[in-house]
Amino acid sequence: MALQKKKTPMKEQAPEERIKNFKEVPFGYSDKEAVVEAERCLQCKHQPCVEGCPVHVPIPQFIQAVIDGDVVEANQIIKSKNNLPAVCGRVCPQEEQCEDVCVMGIKNEPVAIGRLERYVADYNMERGTDSTSAEEIEKMKVPELEGRKVAVIGAGPAGLTAAADLAKYGLEVTIFEALHETGGVLRYGIPEFRLPKAIVDQEVEAIKELGVDIQLNVVVGKSITVDELFEKGYESLFIGVGAGLPRFLNIPGENLNGVYSANEFLTRVNLMKAFKYPEYKTPVVVKDKVAVVGAGNVAMDAARTAKRLGAEDVYIVYRRAEEQMPARSEEIHHAREEGIEFKLLNNPVAIHGKEGRVSQMECQQMELGEKDDSGRRRPIPIEGSNWMLDLDTVIIAIGQNPNPLLTSNTKDLKTKSWGGIEVNEDQQTSREGVYAGGDVVTGAATVIKAMGAGKTAAENIKNYLLEKSKK
Amino acid sequence: MYEILEKEVLAPTIKKLKVKAPLIAKKTKPGNFIILRVDEKGERIPLTVADYDRKTGVISIIFQEVGYSTKLLGKMDKGDQIQDIVGPLGHHIDLEGYEKVVLLGGGSGTALLYPKVRGFYEQGAEVISITGARTKNLIILEEELEKYSDRLFIATDDGSYGHHGFVTDILKDLLEKEDDIDLVVAIGPVPMMKAVADLTKEYGVETIVSLNTIMVDGTGMCGACRVTVGGERKFTCVDGPAFDAHQVDFNELMNRLNFYQNEEDLVYDTAVEEDN
Repeated sequence: MALQKKKTPMKEQAPEERIKNFKEVPFGYSDKEAVVEAERCLQCKHQPCVEGCPVHVPIPQFIQAVIDGDVVEANQIIKSKNNLPAVCGRVCPQEEQCEDVCVMGIKNEPVAIGRLERYVADYNMERGTDSTSAEEIEKMKVPELEGRKVAVIGAGPAGLTAAADLAKYGLEVTIFEALHETGGVLRYGIPEFRLPKAIVDQEVEAIKELGVDIQLNVVVGKSITVDELFEKGYESLFIGVGAGLPRFLNIPGENLNGVYSANEFLTRVNLMKAFKYPEYKTPVVVKDKVAVVGAGNVAMDAARTAKRLGAEDVYIVYRRAEEQMPARSEEIHHAREEGIEFKLLNNPVAIHGKEGRVSQMECQQMELGEKDDSGRRRPIPIEGSNWMLDLDTVIIAIGQNPNPLLTSNTKDLKTKSWGGIEVNEDQQTSREGVYAGGDVVTGAATVIKAMGAGKTAAENIKNYLLEKSKK
Repeated sequence: MYEILEKEVLAPTIKKLKVKAPLIAKKTKPGNFIILRVDEKGERIPLTVADYDRKTGVISIIFQEVGYSTKLLGKMDKGDQIQDIVGPLGHHIDLEGYEKVVLLGGGSGTALLYPKVRGFYEQGAEVISITGARTKNLIILEEELEKYSDRLFIATDDGSYGHHGFVTDILKDLLEKEDDIDLVVAIGPVPMMKAVADLTKEYGVETIVSLNTIMVDGTGMCGACRVTVGGERKFTCVDGPAFDAHQVDFNELMNRLNFYQNEEDLVYDTAVEEDN
């Protein structure tokens, strides 16, 4: 059989159709497409993809199971390392991880590992076979830990992953979540058309089945403190509260009506379901002309969401150039297909308003100079190049910092100057028994990196508790 | 779910609910607020905790029916369940170090003022309370304020009860006659808080206002509640809700509060129609 050089394409909704709805864009592989793609895997001996994966999923093994027609087994293989496969199959930047180092990718397109992971997860969810098998749980159980209590703070990707592994060890795990729903950024940040919330629900359900108790509406640091959790008998804690503090541009006009942080905009639409307003009571207002400032994944999500809410003209305004945009190429591609206009090498300098509402954004054109500390060519303002963009709405998507609500209310927890919690390579903080991971440690990063940190932390919490009981 | 244990109608559109919420009752101090969601399609709305009982784990919330969500909440009864309540949020007010305090409440703002009145009184400060409303039947918590105040003044816009005029008239009079007032606290509609701030600035008296902005998460995540205080951006939910009145940009605050007026009217009108 001739070698198929390119990835098996995944069917998706046509752009002109999908900008009118919030349904997921790609449809996923059929059984047949999945096998065709799986057969592209060379099953090479040194398996660089496994190393490329932050949680070390045994990728060639699960792909082999797909070829063998045992998709249930494929799922168990993934789940032995990854507690959220349906999520990762959709939002992981595979092109920078497993697929980046795929041997097939040296001369051709790499194996579509992400699409296969998604296929396996969806196949099992549809058939109700997505739970971790009893054998797998039995394998991970540590008898000395049975019934001992640990707490996880934050029900996002880091916390959910840590909680699942801790529960598999036999620990009694409680997750405390500040919002009224689980999922963290998977719920409030990533839009429905990229990650359907029914998928998040099912992944969370599978984690609850492991015996994890989830307490919503509890803000650790306010409703209850870290000290009080220890007093209540939790022997160790994992903090995964994310990077929830939005950055602003600090330019005039940012407090005008019609200016949103991406966090606020996406939270209104995703968590509060403003896209179903007025059935759901939280409103969001975009009107006709929308500019999103920034060019990361969050910016693409915000722009594509604005389009679906009915905005005519949606712009990405970014001070650097095309090749420096931090978003995944897939997201940029999807945004372009949906008619998002890119105003690159433009820096917003002021937002102007009429009667308290946004009317224009003043931008200054930029050119690229020498490389800066990040290795990217520094954008330099062009004098006298200011121009006006007529707008109704501005969404600021230039990143988030760690939310200080927990750290500022917790004693003896060391943080870095920018607010991130300090940890060692075991994800351990400056406080005994307290571990942390995800965006609250690294600043805004990816779902899978947060999951990797949650996994590392869970393993070290296990070791810490074993060590502790020996004393 | 959080069960409503008691309901009291304080004025035609002002209601008081007692709700079981042990974690919140245990931690709340004067000035803290909660965020609640009436049902699963509801908005997250911030409301001040008017009272709390640490022993029974019960909190009281007092609110005025100003929009769809508060109207819906107002329709709930004893035994009904509120979907979500989270808190306590925000900074509490530091009560120590003041000897003579004037506290002003406008309309339903009086409900938010009450725990502070009580707090300062129990702390041993001399407490002068001023409460005002449009008309007599909108004056609330008179008995409670009386109990925890050394002096209580009442003002109504239409003169149906107490002083005929604004709460600021009474404040001005006090500031003229008594020069030992070391703190003024004002909670109510933005124009009233602005008027108080302008007045006390002339007399150089420290003044605190508690802001009720639009919020979504209430934990510093979204920035919807941002206000300008002393030229800096602050988040009402985590930096406030109380701020130095002389530093607050009230005009900007008023503008931001009106952002969703059209949308608010739409759902509110729908709700009224459903009633009829």
